Amino acid sequence: MANPALPELVDRGLAASTADGCVIIVDHETTANLRWANNTLTTNGSGRGTVVTAISTVDSSAGTAAASLTRTVTGLEALGALVSDADAAACEASPAPDANPLVTGDADPGWDELPEVTGIGVFEAFSPALGDAMGRARGSGRVLYGFVEHTCTSTYLGTSTGLRRRHVQPGGHVSITAKDESLTRSAWVGQSTRDFADVDASALDAELDRRLGWAERSVSLEPGRYDTVLPPAAVADLMIYAYWTAGARAAHEGQTVFGRPGGGTRIGEQLSTKPVTLSSDPASPGLESAPFVIARSSTAKQSVFDNGSPVGATDWIERGTLTNLLQTRHSAQLTGHDVTPVVDNLKVFVDDATGSTEDLLAGIERGLLLTCLWYIREVDPQTLLLTGLTRDGVYLVEHGEITGAVNNFRFNESPIDLLGRFSHAGSSVPSFSREWGDYFLRTATPALRVPDFNMSSVSQAH
Amino acid sequence: MSPVDQSFTALPLHRLADAALQRARDFGVSHADFRLERLRGQRLGLRDAELEGVHDTDEVGFGVRVILDGTWGFASGVDLTAQEVVRVTEEAVRVAQVSAAISPVAVELVGEAVHADATWVSAYDVNPLDVPVAEKAETLTDWSRRVLAHEVVQHVSASLSQVVENKFYADLAGTVTTQQRVRLAPELTIHGIDRSGSRFDSMTTLAPPVGRGYEYVTGGYDWDTELAELPDLLGQKLAAPTVEPGTYDLVVDPTNLWLTIHESIGHATELDRALGYEANYAGTSFATYDKLGSLRYGSEHLNITGDRTVEHGLSTIGYDDDGVVGQQWTIVDRGTLVGYQVDRSMAALKQMERSNGCAYADSPRHVPVQRMANVSLQPDPDGPSTAGLIGDVDNGIYVVGDKSWSIDMQRFNFQFTGQRFYAIRGGELAGQLRDVAYQATTTDFWGSMSAVGGPQTWRLGGTFSCGKAQPGQSAPVSHGCPSAVFRGVRILNTATESGR
Repeated sequence: MANPALPELVDRGLAASTADGCVIIVDHETTANLRWANNTLTTNGSGRGTVVTAISTVDSSAGTAAASLTRTVTGLEALGALVSDADAAACEASPAPDANPLVTGDADPGWDELPEVTGIGVFEAFSPALGDAMGRARGSGRVLYGFVEHTCTSTYLGTSTGLRRRHVQPGGHVSITAKDESLTRSAWVGQSTRDFADVDASALDAELDRRLGWAERSVSLEPGRYDTVLPPAAVADLMIYAYWTAGARAAHEGQTVFGRPGGGTRIGEQLSTKPVTLSSDPASPGLESAPFVIARSSTAKQSVFDNGSPVGATDWIERGTLTNLLQTRHSAQLTGHDVTPVVDNLKVFVDDATGSTEDLLAGIERGLLLTCLWYIREVDPQTLLLTGLTRDGVYLVEHGEITGAVNNFRFNESPIDLLGRFSHAGSSVPSFSREWGDYFLRTATPALRVPDFNMSSVSQAH
Repeated sequence: MSPVDQSFTALPLHRLADAALQRARDFGVSHADFRLERLRGQRLGLRDAELEGVHDTDEVGFGVRVILDGTWGFASGVDLTAQEVVRVTEEAVRVAQVSAAISPVAVELVGEAVHADATWVSAYDVNPLDVPVAEKAETLTDWSRRVLAHEVVQHVSASLSQVVENKFYADLAGTVTTQQRVRLAPELTIHGIDRSGSRFDSMTTLAPPVGRGYEYVTGGYDWDTELAELPDLLGQKLAAPTVEPGTYDLVVDPTNLWLTIHESIGHATELDRALGYEANYAGTSFATYDKLGSLRYGSEHLNITGDRTVEHGLSTIGYDDDGVVGQQWTIVDRGTLVGYQVDRSMAALKQMERSNGCAYADSPRHVPVQRMANVSLQPDPDGPSTAGLIGDVDNGIYVVGDKSWSIDMQRFNFQFTGQRFYAIRGGELAGQLRDVAYQATTTDFWGSMSAVGGPQTWRLGGTFSCGKAQPGQSAPVSHGCPSAVFRGVRILNTATESGR
């Protein structure tokens, strides 16, 4: 669409619907990226597009049915066809178990404003700095690999019950891996950003250089349980998965670590004796996310009927006690708990914890400092046992100092178990998950020291 | 062969391609291609025999890729007008210009035959998107009710994902291809608890996703038998003894082995990974290029092919996203690494004569990268049945169905679980075991393969969603394999691993 009048697209879509209820969601996305390997660019891209989701609802004596269609839309003719098809599909559908009245309300301030956009120009400062870093890498026998991406999505959501909500979500990230010429030493840094103004390519390069220096001494270790410091990125790797698993419906049906076998959630149960909290807040500074539900389809963790309803600050685990799970209005009715929808950020913090990752090393006689985790998969849902690998830097800590790098390991651990076993924690700081950061950008997590982290076997990977 | 959907061929494909390629030519590019795609999908999800949601998607757009002064540039758009195509082409050129500062190595493409106005459609009978939603929902509801009738089943979830993928490709050399692929993935999972009420578990159907039409749901697979057996199998699993960790001989069913092939051979033999192109994300490979022709990947029973031609394969194509025709080739010959999966730029990097057609982009918004072919293990032409393989194992475990998987970033160390594990004693199955995971290093595992089953055990498994690249792309891929025997594999007890 050359000059998208996106609010008008919402209004016209709603006006075109002949169903009993309708929700129109317009997403305008612009994006740009650069990718490099072996000290040279490999791929890149820039794009923009508009997709529209039409959700029609039809009432009958048996209940309310819904249909949801998402399409690339480039004009009013395509919009009309989309809405007409959604209306027809809803007429054919069976009653939806998650049916609830559509959310009512007025227009957000700024509803009529134009979408915000990004483009390849967002890297105009970063790109030459990266070129300089590559030049230094070539001169010093290092090899750089990495990726930067910036995306801006402007969402306009309207309901046939009068609600009009607008949200702009900028987001981006940088991640860089460095190796020595022999490709046996490896280091990684990653950072989430809203606008790339806070990304310093030279500083990231210097940190990679420092970490490769830590690895000049190499030590082989056997599998076993180690006194291990997980930096904020590795904590995010594990806790994002725990958050995604916290659906109320699955817990209520006894299918996850947050439910009881046979049925019923564990809300109210103490999962950890530590004062550790997992929470989300769409207004959290630096981690801002949509303050209302945007659901393009119904699943166990989201309902199209909830579109536009408010999303607020929520504690999931408060000082060790499970307090809330990811709820739709429907699942809240089933479980008898509050409506606490998914929030697109996650914060983990421990009461009175202060200090950095390196501060946590101080008390370690002999242990490990990780960089990040990789290929994390669920092994046992009952305990939320996860397996995965350490990656791009496992450092030996002796008498509080980093004294070398060790081999990688496969771990088998449960993040819920770890919440009860960590011995020390640092301050919660903005973090970027190596495993999930491409899809879940906004986290703040502390470093955690776990006295007996289970390294199940050795990985030969460098 | 079914025709390409008329609603796709009615789009101004050639006119827009001409506009893009002409504008690219103005800038003196050495290569340009224009790719216009329409991706239609639908997913039905049911929970306890109630339709939880139906979501239809329909993405239309185009991408323009150029090589300007040895640097890639890519841009995409959605508005199907000549004016917008020209703007996006200029944007691709600008992306190449911005990228020039970090592109000291010039990109080259290996030469390929020109395919002028070629058309290809995958093998299917019934377009699943032409089947009414109500009919599909009724089938899934019926399946769900059948298993819910069993006392062991507390809950059931079912889903059906369907995709119709149309691609039009044109490049400056003169290749023009129009294609249509159809695929679908039906799946059902049941949940139950043990008699003590303290333990829950689940079991999922073994039916693989396939490059077929709706005929797969209505008669292309023995759903009745699988649905009838599943509850009892879950009941047996819930009552099974926990495994004693240690070293066992394994007979791995193709319903599980396809995923081990995917992770430990499929990804490890992608040349872009071996050359470091995925080092910041998906990882690299232990099977580096200097080992081509010498690496002992496995035993003499290990014969692996790359394939983009097998009927109903999820990675099967007529032409890839570089305009290269689909092929079949050897990757591992009697245990030795002899080939890789490559696209045109990877082939040029290593002075290969040609590409084997592994370029793919999952969306018009994404740039093509090297993706996986249907990488398959060949059966022993005279090999035994699965029961025959089990009969040759004294103390072991028979592994059925895929579940959890994880492998390191160089494809050495892996750990897999499954849907079902059976004890083998004296060459006979002796009931299910629970809490089982197998863990190994790739070359040790394939080196321990002492026998493979015959063609009667060979089966095509696969996934809709293999992840790779940044921005993340998801590709469908199949893997064929027979049952096989592995000696002396480490077995973990997952309950012990979690500290219980």
